[in-house]
Amino acid sequence: MGEATTQKPAESVRFEDAAVRRGRRLIWSHGTFSIPRGSVTAIVGTNGAGKTTLLSVELGLVPLSHGSVRVLGRRPGEANARIGYVPQSYASDIDSNITAEQSVALGLNGPLFGFRRLTRAQRDKVHEALGLADIDDAAGLRLSQMSGGMRQRVAIAQALVADPDLLLLDEPLANLDITGQRDLVATLSHLNTRLDMSIQVVAHDLNMLLPILTGAIYLLDGHPHYAPIGNVMDSRLLTHLYGTKVEVLKTPEGDMFVRPNPLEEPRGRHPHTHTAAQVAQFHAQGEDSAGHDPVECDPPQEQSKKEDR
Amino acid sequence: MMHAQTLTLATQWFDPGWRSVLGTPFMRNAALAGILISLAAGFIGYFVIARNSSFAAHALAHIGLPGATGAVLIGAPVSLGLGLFAMAGGLIIGALGRKASKRGIATGTILAFAMGLGLFFSRLSASASQQMQAILFGSILSITDSQLLGYLIFDIVLFVVLGLVYHPLLFSSVDEQVARAKGVPTGLMGIVFMLMLAGTVTISVQAVGTLLIFALVVTPAASANTLARSPLSAMVWSCVICLISIWGGLVLSAMLPTPPSFAIVTIATLIWAVSQLIGRRQA
Repeated sequence: MGEATTQKPAESVRFEDAAVRRGRRLIWSHGTFSIPRGSVTAIVGTNGAGKTTLLSVELGLVPLSHGSVRVLGRRPGEANARIGYVPQSYASDIDSNITAEQSVALGLNGPLFGFRRLTRAQRDKVHEALGLADIDDAAGLRLSQMSGGMRQRVAIAQALVADPDLLLLDEPLANLDITGQRDLVATLSHLNTRLDMSIQVVAHDLNMLLPILTGAIYLLDGHPHYAPIGNVMDSRLLTHLYGTKVEVLKTPEGDMFVRPNPLEEPRGRHPHTHTAAQVAQFHAQGEDSAGHDPVECDPPQEQSKKEDR
Repeated sequence: MMHAQTLTLATQWFDPGWRSVLGTPFMRNAALAGILISLAAGFIGYFVIARNSSFAAHALAHIGLPGATGAVLIGAPVSLGLGLFAMAGGLIIGALGRKASKRGIATGTILAFAMGLGLFFSRLSASASQQMQAILFGSILSITDSQLLGYLIFDIVLFVVLGLVYHPLLFSSVDEQVARAKGVPTGLMGIVFMLMLAGTVTISVQAVGTLLIFALVVTPAASANTLARSPLSAMVWSCVICLISIWGGLVLSAMLPTPPSFAIVTIATLIWAVSQLIGRRQA
């Protein structure tokens, strides 16, 4: 498949039995899935499950310890010019006097060696990206004077300025109020439907994203899985995923949303892990069963085993 | 009565022949060195602030101290010893990583140890002991022609390198995570930055000494940062402020019985204070 480089592959990313270690700790393993192009994918999982690591793997910043990953048909790191990346840390302190416009311009000329001034075409591109992220009215403002939400828009504009095919966002909703979240989701929807961009979003709360999601990577019990959105929106899976009882509700208009149900905490919430085979079995059961009892939690003796080889 | 007293004090202090002092060869060398130092310090200072590395800039000068006194001890040029130690220190601090919270303690510890070592070396020989004052507080009036040539060569190398790495260095300074994701060799940029900073510190020590270096490498850039609207203009402004400080300091030291270092640092500090007031009013 490496030969036909001119033809775009049908999938944005493909994982084959991928595993990652950091030091001696296995972060996750047995990741085998592919995500089609033009999709909007949420990356969900509990804290420390390795969501940001998964983005880092796709960017080629963290090596795999096993298996392989292809991103936009290339090895991780090789297609980064076509990937827009918005990390989580845009809210951190900025000591530079750099303005929004100059920051976005770095998305174009930042990786290039040799001093050069911005061309007129590049300047137009910068303003187009600022417009897409809906922050063009603050182009001349310094980042250090901006709120976290505004800085995030600038970070998104910077990611968009080089016309990426794939956009990776790490917890973009975390620091936004509800209006900001709604606006961001509208922006992502526009990028996905009008510009045919594939998007991956690390998220804690799925509800805001549900209208635009086509699928989700969920990090469950040390393994990344991918499922189209209909399969993810299963209360038993979500309950298992977050370790607290989660309900999936449908409004009369047909919108779905999820919420924790405090009346029905799962019995005996031990932290527990499963092998890939167990999870696959669980998953197969979960798909065709809508209203069964919650899955029995595994006995605690399972919890120490996380070794795969 | 009181007024007359101040007047006589002023006439005692004020040197009416200050114009002729400015025409001397050592003043001319000091003024030329001021230009070359300002160019380097102004541009590097911007990156020092953008990379949140002001403590590293301060520390490098101190880490250079044992190099300087050690060089006197073995009869080598002071700048050479200082430069080598500062570069080694820069590489170590760079290897400690960008997490300022983590490396602050390590940097401070190395700084303290280096100062102690510098003192130890200076006590081993009378000549090193004599030079200690000049190394700590600068001796801009004793810059030789060959030193000037060295500064010029350093500036040329600095600007060639800076022209080459300008965009990636700026990108990795203001947005390291994204820069790394976009393929910028951020580790290499860190090393290049530290080496450029070590060189800049080495030539600036001659003007104000290791103890006061902050006022020349960081303070003008901080002033410029609040006044200018783009990285490049901030760098140019930083150079200008640095030059005003050094030249103004030289003129003041010719008029009044004050060491140039004190006058230079005072001017840089005053400009910074004014810039902060203006910056606060803008915000």
